[in-house]
Amino acid sequence: MGISIAFVGFRPPQKVNQLLISSIGDASYLNPVLSQDSASSDINGFVFNGLIKYDRNLEKFVGVLAESWEVKPGPEPVITFFLRKGVQWHDGKEFTADDVKFTYDKIMDEKTNTVRRSSYELVKKAEVLDPYTFRVIYRQPFSPGLESWTIGIIPRHLLENVDINTATFNRKPVGTGPFRFVEWVSDEKIVVEANPTYFEGKPNLDRIVYRIIPETALNEMEILTRGVDYSGLFPFEYRRMGEVPFLKVYSQPSLGYTYIGYNLKNPLFEDKRVRQALTHAVNRDEIVQYVLYGLGTAATGPFPNHLWYCNPRVKPLPYDPGAARKLLAEAGWMDSNGDGILDRDGKPFRFTLITNSGNDTRRDVGVLVQRQLREIGIDVKFELYEWSVFLKDFVNVKHFDACILGWGLSVDPDAYEIWHSSQIEKGFNFTSYRNPEVDRLWEQGRREYDLEKRKQIYWRIHELMAEDQPYTFLYTPLGLSALQKKFFIVEKDGAGNERLEPIKMEKAGLTYDLTKWMVPRQTVLEQ
Amino acid sequence: MGSFVLRRLFQLFVTLVGISIISWVIITQAPGSPIALTMDPKVSPKIIEQMMKNYDLDKPIYQQYGLWLKKLFTGKLYSFKDGRPVMEKIGERIWNTLLLNAVATLIIFSLAIPLGVFSSRRQYSFMDNLGTFGAYLGISIPSFWLAYLLILATVKLFGYPVLGMRSFVTEDFTTMEIIMDRLWHLMLPSIILAIGGIAGLSRYTRSSMLEVVRQDYVRTAKAKGLPEETVFYKHALRNALLPIITIFGFLIPDLIGGSIIMESVFAWPGIGRLSYQAVLARDYPVVMTLLTISAVLTLIGNFVADILYGIADPRIRHG
Repeated sequence: MGISIAFVGFRPPQKVNQLLISSIGDASYLNPVLSQDSASSDINGFVFNGLIKYDRNLEKFVGVLAESWEVKPGPEPVITFFLRKGVQWHDGKEFTADDVKFTYDKIMDEKTNTVRRSSYELVKKAEVLDPYTFRVIYRQPFSPGLESWTIGIIPRHLLENVDINTATFNRKPVGTGPFRFVEWVSDEKIVVEANPTYFEGKPNLDRIVYRIIPETALNEMEILTRGVDYSGLFPFEYRRMGEVPFLKVYSQPSLGYTYIGYNLKNPLFEDKRVRQALTHAVNRDEIVQYVLYGLGTAATGPFPNHLWYCNPRVKPLPYDPGAARKLLAEAGWMDSNGDGILDRDGKPFRFTLITNSGNDTRRDVGVLVQRQLREIGIDVKFELYEWSVFLKDFVNVKHFDACILGWGLSVDPDAYEIWHSSQIEKGFNFTSYRNPEVDRLWEQGRREYDLEKRKQIYWRIHELMAEDQPYTFLYTPLGLSALQKKFFIVEKDGAGNERLEPIKMEKAGLTYDLTKWMVPRQTVLEQ
Repeated sequence: MGSFVLRRLFQLFVTLVGISIISWVIITQAPGSPIALTMDPKVSPKIIEQMMKNYDLDKPIYQQYGLWLKKLFTGKLYSFKDGRPVMEKIGERIWNTLLLNAVATLIIFSLAIPLGVFSSRRQYSFMDNLGTFGAYLGISIPSFWLAYLLILATVKLFGYPVLGMRSFVTEDFTTMEIIMDRLWHLMLPSIILAIGGIAGLSRYTRSSMLEVVRQDYVRTAKAKGLPEETVFYKHALRNALLPIITIFGFLIPDLIGGSIIMESVFAWPGIGRLSYQAVLARDYPVVMTLLTISAVLTLIGNFVADILYGIADPRIRHG
C-alpha cells in the first residue's frame, strides 16, 4: 500500500485530443437494427449512418447516406432515395443500395429480435432500382414513416450468411460513420477512433472513449478527477457541477412528459369540467420545484414544448384552487355533509392514484398530488406496484382510476397509438380517450407530408386536448449534462486556419456537431 | 472410502438437479419479463409477442427448462440481452472475480487466524476486548457504506481514481506502472470484501481455541511438562482449526459469487456484477447458468470439506 501511495502522487498526461464519455450502463448490441438501450444507440450513432437525419432544429431532414430524396404523395406514396456515391464501409467495401434493402429485409424478418418493425409495417414494397437508388412504396400516406429511414444502415456483405441475433458483428461493428470501432471491454469501455475516409471529412477528435461507470456517486468523482469529459447529470448534481471551474453544464427539454392519466370509463372522470378542475388543483410549479429541483417545464399538452408542433398559444391551466372548486361545484360536487370531502348524490369524491415502484420521481409526484387534491376536498389513495404487475393487472386491463406515468416520444409528432380511439382496445390509449375531431386530426396528420400543414393540424390537436384534459399534463423534465470547457467546435479552412466556436446546445442535442469537436492546443496549455 | 465418495457424488447430483429445477421455476415465474420493459408507443404488442416466441418464452415452463438444459450442453445458449454465448460472457469475467476474491481470501486467512489465536491466548484482556469490539464493528458495518466512505476519502486524499479494475489512461505507462495501477485498484475492494470475513473468522478461531484448550489432552500435555508454546501451537491449534475446514468449504462458492455488491460499487467487471445486471434485465439464460455454476461450486465445496475432514480427523474417517 505504501508503494501505491507513493505512485499515485502524479497523474500521467492524458491523450489530449479525445473525448471521454461516461455511461451508467454497458451497451448491448452495436447494431442499429437490434439495439434498444441508450448506450448502444450512442455508439451506433458514431459508427453507423442513416439515409437521412434530422436537422439541428429537429424540423426537417438532411441527407446523410442519401444525397437527396424525393417524396411523391398520393394514395400510395413513393419515396425515392438517391444515395451518395463512393461511400466506404470501414472495411473498405463500397456502400450501395443493396445494403439499404438488406437492412430493411432484416428488420422485417420475424426471426430478427428487433422492436423497430412497427414503423415499417405500412411499407408495401422496398426495392433497389440501381446501386445508388432505393425506392419505398407505402400502402397509404404515412408521413411519420420518413423518420424510420434515419436508422443506421448495416453492411450486407458481413451479415448475409449469419444469424443476426447472435452474430459476432454485434460486438465489433463495421459501419460507414464518422468513427470506426476499435475495442469493447465488457463493463469497462468502448473505444472508437476517427474514420480517416469519412465522406464528410475526418472528424477532428482522434478518438472517443465511452466509459461504463455504474454508480452515480462515483461518476461524479470521475468527472471531478477529469476521468470523464462529458456526462449526463441528475437534477441534484446539476447546480454543484455548474460551480466546477473546468466544467460547463447544459440543459435541454427532453422528448417526453410525465402525466396523470384518468380512466375516462370511470364516471368520476367523465365530465371534462372535473378533469379541468383536477388540473387547476395540481400545483405543477411546486412539483417541478421540489421533485426536479426546478429543472423542468410545465407541460401543456401531448407535445414536448420546445419543438415546432407544440402550440405556443396554449398556456398551461394555472394553479387555481378557487377555479377548481367552482368547476367542481358546476359539475355537482360539493361538501354537503361538512366532512371536508366533496360529495355528489351522497358519494364522496374518492379515488386511487397508482404508479410503478422503483421510480422515486413518480413516487414524490404522487405524494404531492395527493396533498394538493386533498386541499380542495378530494380524497386520494396513492399506491405503488411493481412495473410488470402495474402494467399487466392495472394499466393494460384498464383496472385503475388514475395513474402517474411518463411518455418518451420520438421526434415525429404522430402519437396516433396513444390517442386515437381505435387504440383503446389493443393499443396504448389505456385511458380510453375518445374525441371524434381529435381522431380525425391524428389521421390527417399522419397522411400529410407538408410541414406547414402538419403544424396547423398538431396545433389544433393541442388546443382541443388542452380543453379536454384527458391527462393532467405535468411536466417535461430537462435533460442535463456537463462537458469540460476545453472542447470547441473547430472549423478548418483550406489554408490551415482554425476558427474556434463554443459548443452550444442544439434542439437536436449537444453532440450534433460532434465531428467538429476538438481540444485546441492553446486551451490545453491553459489548464 | 470409495463407496462413500460414490454415494456422496450421487447425492450431490440429485441435489443439483433439484436446485436447478427450483431456481428455474422461481426465476421464470417472478414478476417481470426480459422483453420490452419500457412502454414505447412505437412498439406494437404484436412485436412483443413475436419476440417472446423467438425466445421460446411462449412455451410451457417444463419445455423451457428442457430447452435451457439442451442449449447449455450444446453450447447454443445465448444471452437475451446482447445475443452473446452465455459461457463467453461468464468466461471473460470469471478471472476478474477470482482475482478479487482470491486476494480477499488471502487477506482473510492471513489476518483472521493469527488474530483469533492471539485473542484467545489473552482472553478478556484489553486487546481481546478491543478485538471483540472490532469484530462486531466489522460484521455490522454495511460494507457498501464503508466502501463509499473509503472511496471518498481516497479520492479526496490522493486525487487518483479508484474505480474499475485499472485506470484506463494506461497507454504511456511502463509495465511497472501498470502493475502498480492494477494493485492500487485491487486494494480497496479486496480490503472491504475481506473485512467481514476477518471479523467472522477470527471469532471462530478464538472460540474454537478456547474450547480446545480446556480439553483433557491439553491438560495432559501441560502436565507432561511440555513448553507452553508447543502445547498451544502444536496440540491445541491443529485441533482448533478443524471447524475452519467447514468454512473453507463455503469459501469456494464465495470466491465466485460473493462479491455482487462490491463489484457493482467498484465497477469491477466480474461475474458478480454480471449476475446483478442479468437479474435486473430478467436475462434468464445468464441468471440460470450463474446460479447453476454457483450451486455446483457449493456442492463441490461441501464435498471437499467432507473428504478433508476424513483426512484431518481420524475420528470421522469414512468406512
